[in-house]
Amino acid sequence: MRTVYLDNNATSAVDQSVLTAMLPYLSTLYGNPSSMYAFAGQASDAIDNARESVAALLGAGPDEIIFTSCGSESDNTAFWSAVQTQPEKRHLITTRVEHPAVLNVAQYWERQGYRVTYLGVDNKGRLDMDEYTGALSDDTALVSIMFANNEVGNIYPVQRMAEAAKEKGLLFHTDAVQAVGKTPIDLRHLQADMLSLSGHKIHTPKGIGVLYVRKGVRFRPFLRGGHQESGRRAGTENVPYIIGMGEAARIAAENLQEERMQVANLRDKLETNLIERIPDCIINGDIENRLPNTCNISFKNVEGEAILLMLDRLGICASSGSACTSGSLEPSHVLRAMGVPFNYAHGSIRLSLSRYTTDSDVDYVIEHFPGIIKTLRAISPYKD
Amino acid sequence: MWQYTEAVHDHFLHPHNAGPLDDANAIGEVGSLACGDALKLYLKINKAGVIENTGFETFGCASAIASSSVLTDMVKGMRADDALKITNKDIATALGGLPKQKMHCSVMGQEALEAAIRQWKGEPPVPHALEHGEMVCKCFGVTDAQIIRTMRENGLKTVEEVTNYTKAGGACGECLDKITEIVGKELSLKPLTEIRPKPRMTNVRRMQLVLKTLDEEIRPRLESDGGDIELVDVDGRRVVVSLRGRCSQCRSSDVTIHNLVERLLREHVEPDIIVEEA
Repeated sequence: MRTVYLDNNATSAVDQSVLTAMLPYLSTLYGNPSSMYAFAGQASDAIDNARESVAALLGAGPDEIIFTSCGSESDNTAFWSAVQTQPEKRHLITTRVEHPAVLNVAQYWERQGYRVTYLGVDNKGRLDMDEYTGALSDDTALVSIMFANNEVGNIYPVQRMAEAAKEKGLLFHTDAVQAVGKTPIDLRHLQADMLSLSGHKIHTPKGIGVLYVRKGVRFRPFLRGGHQESGRRAGTENVPYIIGMGEAARIAAENLQEERMQVANLRDKLETNLIERIPDCIINGDIENRLPNTCNISFKNVEGEAILLMLDRLGICASSGSACTSGSLEPSHVLRAMGVPFNYAHGSIRLSLSRYTTDSDVDYVIEHFPGIIKTLRAISPYKD
Repeated sequence: MWQYTEAVHDHFLHPHNAGPLDDANAIGEVGSLACGDALKLYLKINKAGVIENTGFETFGCASAIASSSVLTDMVKGMRADDALKITNKDIATALGGLPKQKMHCSVMGQEALEAAIRQWKGEPPVPHALEHGEMVCKCFGVTDAQIIRTMRENGLKTVEEVTNYTKAGGACGECLDKITEIVGKELSLKPLTEIRPKPRMTNVRRMQLVLKTLDEEIRPRLESDGGDIELVDVDGRRVVVSLRGRCSQCRSSDVTIHNLVERLLREHVEPDIIVEEA
């Protein structure tokens, strides 16, 4: 059976040249980069190159790049460092639509006695700049705003938001896990102090992340121990994955412009056709301002998990914000924050594309999707 | 990814009796769009009180659709009064089991069935657990009576299980303290009689309770007198036993049967149990 993978915001296919770059470090070049002999020096040099590639993708300096194990570790570290370096400040700002890697960390600090502002969104998932600037205070230890939303793809105005934070001298972090490689990021203009990214969203294997920390920003490590990563993240370097991260960053930087267009065209074709062929559905999110690869549609009066299982039978991989798939009993926190009506929220499906998505993949989904909704609506007690 | 049985997949992909039933005279509706699943169950019950035909419409996930589908098969041809004895557990069992987080789908099936039959009987079409009791979970509309009943029918012991089976506490979580209290209270008043679901009992459940009572309550007492007891048959409320060891020669075996075995079975299983000697 063919597999049509449209869940790239969950994880992505490993790029062949990423894998090729990694392989020697999974076999013959196993030296510990901290060792003193030339054999290990090869690994150490390769890490330096990878660091430069990641820095180049972000418009950063190599000494501002810390390799971590995943996006979640990067997010945790950003909060930890902000809190530890400014013990006198007791306020945090984030949004209601963050990934759990930020949201649950903010809630943790809330339980530790911090005051947390969770910025709301409108029905398109957009933040209110006035609400934001009103929340900034001298007591704010960290502002953490996602660059782009994983569920609906909205891109947030982090540049303006970071500037507003800077004017008040506040630390600004952005979780850019979904944005890196999909939309341009240039830290020479974006005044963020910290930025998180994750390798497996841009075609490395799972298990590598990055935290960017702007030069001059006070920092406290989350993981203590050895002197690796200039004493900012202990633990023997995950050499093969760091090399893979570097290669993925190099490819992303090289192809970003072209890939954005290609992916957006396919996404738009997919979305337009589904909307045209299926009655009673809505696009979730801010269509003016979102990632080129993400499409989130809600189908009225049907339930997302049922749709996913029927798609799965056809080899189509997607995800849903419905209660039954979220592991909780409520639809996704993002859709709820947006106030998506219940009869739509339970039937939301996210399709996320990548550079590997083909025109024929999109045609296949367009061909089969309407029938699935029709079948499920036929047995739904809600008809209007 | 949920691990569903083959039966769940089959019933989900090829649901039986799907769609409304035009000549239904018993309709039960439970759930809501807001809750994320809803079932409208249609029954055609004839003059003899037998369910002749069934239909359903379900909004929900695969296990909700499968639970509805298997339920419509189970009750077809059953007398309405017998159908009332079906528990959510029976529905889940018919599907070869459901993931524990999905047990509430089987509860929804049972409640819709009960609501439909009540409507046919001219009673308010509300599952009886909702009639009494105090609202605990406002998000999903679950009462304490409903929680206690589901706990008893499924032998639940934790708050998490209560959420999996009834959804109570699964949204805002405000009622979790209240549920903790209900669970604690329910588990603390636990003589066997309290676990027994009073309104109805399946044969399987009755059999289990009879065996449990024989093992835990009756046999130890007989053994202390050098006797023993064996279960021969359970036929409805008639329990047939055979006394062994010294009991079998005992002239007061009749007394043992009535004063000990029957009394304890009535206390622990059902008040109208009749015990006979094989």
